[in-house]
Order: sequence, then structure tokens, then C-alpha cells
Amino acid sequence: MIDILQSVIPTALFYSAPLIFTALGGVFSERSGVVNIGLEGLMVMGAFVGIVFNLTFSDVFGAWTPWVSIIVAMVVSAIFSIIHAVASVTFHASQVVSGVAINMLALGVGVYLTKQWYGKGQTDMVDQPFYTTNFPFLSDIPVLGPIFFQGIYITSYLAIFVAFIAWFVLYRTPFGLRLRAVGEHPMAADTNGINVSRMRYIAVILSGALGGLGGSVFALTIASNFSHSTIVGQGFMALAAVIFGKWHPLGAMGAALFFGFAQSLSVVGSSIPILQGVPQIFLLIAPYVLTILALAGFIGRADAPRANGVPYIKGNR
Amino acid sequence: MSSNKLFTLLVPVISVVMGLLAGAIIMLVSGFNPIEGYTALWNGAFGDSYTVGETIRRSTPYILTGLSIAFAFRTGLFNIGAEGQVIVGWLAAVWVGVAIDAPMYIHLPLAVIAAGIAGGLWAFIPGILKAKLGVHEVIVTIMMNYIALFTTNEIIRKVLTSGQTTTESISPSASLASEWMQSMTFYSRVHYGIFIALFAAVIMWFIIQRTTVGYELKSVGFNQHASNYAGMNVSKNIVLSMVIAGAFSGLAGAMEGLGTYGNISVMASFSNLGFDGIAVALLGANTALGVVFAAFLFGALKEGAGEMPTGAGIPTELVDIIIALIIFFVASSYMIRWVILRFKKEGK
Repeated sequence: MIDILQSVIPTALFYSAPLIFTALGGVFSERSGVVNIGLEGLMVMGAFVGIVFNLTFSDVFGAWTPWVSIIVAMVVSAIFSIIHAVASVTFHASQVVSGVAINMLALGVGVYLTKQWYGKGQTDMVDQPFYTTNFPFLSDIPVLGPIFFQGIYITSYLAIFVAFIAWFVLYRTPFGLRLRAVGEHPMAADTNGINVSRMRYIAVILSGALGGLGGSVFALTIASNFSHSTIVGQGFMALAAVIFGKWHPLGAMGAALFFGFAQSLSVVGSSIPILQGVPQIFLLIAPYVLTILALAGFIGRADAPRANGVPYIKGNR
Repeated sequence: MSSNKLFTLLVPVISVVMGLLAGAIIMLVSGFNPIEGYTALWNGAFGDSYTVGETIRRSTPYILTGLSIAFAFRTGLFNIGAEGQVIVGWLAAVWVGVAIDAPMYIHLPLAVIAAGIAGGLWAFIPGILKAKLGVHEVIVTIMMNYIALFTTNEIIRKVLTSGQTTTESISPSASLASEWMQSMTFYSRVHYGIFIALFAAVIMWFIIQRTTVGYELKSVGFNQHASNYAGMNVSKNIVLSMVIAGAFSGLAGAMEGLGTYGNISVMASFSNLGFDGIAVALLGANTALGVVFAAFLFGALKEGAGEMPTGAGIPTELVDIIIALIIFFVASSYMIRWVILRFKKEGK
């Protein structure tokens, strides 16, 4: 049993980390009333920047390269997400359409520049990816140590930590209250003197930063290079986590952990006796089926923020 | 009213021009010659009869996915699930094409219809969830896309073949391949599907503009409450709209399965026919005729892109960037309208 947990849990944490980061980005954006189908594209951008930066500057930063890379990826994706904010907040474009365009644009730009800079469709493998570590002291705890603290990526725990920060920001600060107010009833918020557009811009940019973080963490832990098929569906899975987690940061984190768990089962499941009879396909589609069931109200009711997806036009009722 | 019509015509045209201009700027910035680039693009799309055939071939599924999304849009629904509906339609068409033995006049229609039904059924689920439980169709259709992708891959590996990644080819009696069209276009892969696609466009126009069903669908799209008050069954119309939209996408899958490839392979990621269909529908202003034009434009862009690396050394992804930008410009038509209005006022 312990052997099984020891193989499943680190893998689950490993797959969840990018999903948690990106899902938190989705939570910020959607709580402010901006639907973000573009999470996939923001992850693509993050993965691309993370890999390219890592390849280019690995001599300069040495062992710190992956950390600097994910920060740079965060910044670039945040800037990139402004396009989504401009289109959907300022120009009142359909947020879903703009998100779809973000996805296409990110992939187009990423692969275009990869081909121009590297002369081929995919980059080389990075020299300085994240490596697993054994946590000092904690890994010596009997039973729990080997399961949770040996051969783990620090980014996994960072993701969980960021989820609690996001919860604190959204539910325990005036900023969070305003952000949620803008997503529930923008007109009331506006009447109270909250700048709706500014809040939504900030929220979308935050989602860009977190999406970029998620994408770059994915690239530097799981993929190790960038091509058109580095990020396929992780962004949408993060979106699923947002909804399955009922637009709550900790809920989204839980959902992302669960999806990571499902993915890890589909990877290491063949070595687990109970799961050998279960076809892999069920584990693959589990996150998506569960999301639909959650939305349909079979697993508690999932209600979106009320003004989610509705452009706010001053003076319109 | 006429100025409104002018707007709906101007917005896509301006967006395309701006998208192409942006593409030229990107080429300049990255050190390519835009004139060479666009010449290569043109030659790749219309250079000789072979490329013309391939351009038509590539536009065919775009017409259908574009119609699918446009049709749902008319009822106020966003069918992001075209991608998944294409995949199940493709699978169904190939399945019928491989498994059944029948004369062509039965086999081919059967395969095509199977694809339409499969797509329709796949869209029925988000439709019924929206109608009965008020679940947002965008999220459900996205999830259905992934379920379609993984399930189809599994069926190809486990049911249609024994562990292979590609099915055997469909029997000739289910094929859309057309000898005379191929010989006319120097043996490109163009097939009879283009007529099905154009016919589907006529059907969409007819349903929307000339039938009570279409009137109700549009009415629900404009205002659900008013339609309900007028005695229309809103739930029924939502489900119907999704199912018809899904059937169009399923047919797009049949174009690939019965026309272009004649088989189906395990897919690592989506074909993007469905996502590009969103761009097509948007640019075509959700009208049947507009969709046909937009589909040919994107078909030509995508086909022409294939010539850009050899002709001018430019990565094909430039075209994806241009298409994404065009979507942004159309979606932000608020901006274009605003600018046009400004100029009009100053003109007076």
C-alpha cells in the first residue's frame, strides 16, 4: 500500500502543480467577470518563454535558471494577457471569442518564433530543468516522509502555497472583495466607486501571470522542450478545475490536485493491482466527465459568478 | 438600416485587411520580404490547378464547421464543441465506410448520414443540459471535445484495429473521391464533398430565413423570455439548434474521413477544424453566404501557408497568427464601428 502511495502521490503532485497555478489564474479572471478560455494560450506562452529563456540564459544564471525562467514567463504572459483584457473589457468583444483568439495567437507566435530562432519545429531539451528534491528533515519522517517529501518538485508545494495566498487575497482583503463585487454585480460596484474596468484588467493580468507560471512550470518539469504539442489541453483542464472547484481558489486547487491524481493514475496505474482492470481511457476522460457532472448539479451545484462573461457597459441596465 | 448592412460588410473586410497588414509588419520585423511572402502564399493557394484543387479541398470542412458554429450562434448558443463533433462524425463515417458492404448509392449516403447523426448526438448532450438544467454550453462542449478525442483514439486502437494507429481505408463504395475533379486539378485530393458543403449552406439559409423552425430559433436567440411568452418552446429550440449544429460539424468529419483521407488515425491533439470554424463563422457574420466566403478565405490562407517556407523561408505559423489577429479585429468590431462613426461625423 505504501509503495503504491509512494509512486502515485509524488506523480499526482507533479502533474497538479501547473494545473493549480493556471486554475488560480482562471479563478481571478472569472471572479472579476471575465471568462478566460485563453488559459490554454497563456500556458503556451508561459511554456514558450520559460523554455527559450532557460535555453538562452542557462550559462548566466546556473542553477537558478529555472526560477528566473518562470518569473520571466510570468511577466511575459501577463503582458500578453493584456490583449485579452483590451478586447474583452475595453472593446466589449465576446470574451469567449477573444479567448479562442488568444489560444490561436499564442500557439502561432510560439511556434513561429521557435522556427525562426531554432530553425525547426521544436526547441532542444533544456539544460536546467527543475529537479526533484528530498526535503531535509521532513523526508525522514516515517511513512509520511517517503510519500510526501521524497523525490518531490518544490514547485508542487509552491503551487499549494500560492493557492492559499490567492484565497487570502480574494476573501480577506478589500481588493479581493472589490474583485468579487465586480464579477457579481458590476453596476453596484461601479456605484460604490469601484473602477470596474481597472479591476477587470488587473484580474485578467493576474490570470496571465499565473497561466504563464503554470505553463512554464509544466514545460520545465514535465516537457523539457517547446513544440506545438507541448501544451495540449492542460489549459482547458485548468479551466475545468476552476469550475469543478466552484470558482473558489481552494476548491480549484483541490480539483487540480484531483485531476493530477487522475492523470498520475493513468500513467502509473498499470503497476497498481486494483487498477489493472480499469481501462486507461476512463482515467483519461475522468476530469472532463466529472466537470460536466459537477455543472449539471450531480455533484453539488456549481454557480458561476453572476456577471461572468458579460461586458460591462456604463449606463446600460 | 442600409448603414447597418454596410457595417456588417465593412467590419470583416477591414479586419481581413488589417490582419494581412499586421502579417506584413511581422514579416518585416522578422527580416522577411512581405511581398515575397504574400506572393508565395498566393502561389501556394492559387498557383496552379493542383493548388486550387487543394484549396477547395481544405475549405470544404471549414464551410461545414463554420455553418455549425454560425447556426448555433443564431440561437444564442456558442458551439465550441465543433471540434469534438468533427471527430465523432469522422469516426462514424469511417466506421460505416469500413464495416459495411453495400452498393455505392446506399453506402455513401449511409456513411455521410452516420457522420451527421454522430455529430448531432454529440451536440445533443450539451443542448439538453443547457435546456433542462441551464448549464453553460461553452464549458460542456469543451469537455465533450476531450471526451471525443480520447474515446475516439481508444476506439481506433481497440475496436477498429488491434492496436494500430490508423484504420484500414474505407471501401470505394463509401468514398467521396471524384476522378473527374481530380484529373481536372492534376490529381489533388479535391472531392465531391464540396457540393455537400455548399448544399449544407443552402439548407442553413433555407432553415433560418424561410421556415417557421428557423424563425423560432432566431427568436430564441434574440430573447428567450419573449419567445417563451409568445408560446415557443425554448428548451426544444435550444436542443434542436445544438443538434443541427452538431450535424453540420459531423458532416465536416465525413469530409475528412470519406474524402480527404479515407481513414482515421489516432490523434495526439485536435484537428483545429472546429476552432478555425469559429473564426469562419465570426468573419462570415453568422450567415450562410458569409460563411462560404470566409471558409474559402481561410482555406486559401491555410493552403497557401504551405508554400511560404519553401517560397520565402517564412514559417507557416505566420498564417495562424494572421487568422488569430483577424478574429480579434472582428470580435472588437466595437472599435471599428467607433472609428467609422468618427470619420462619418467629421465628414459631415
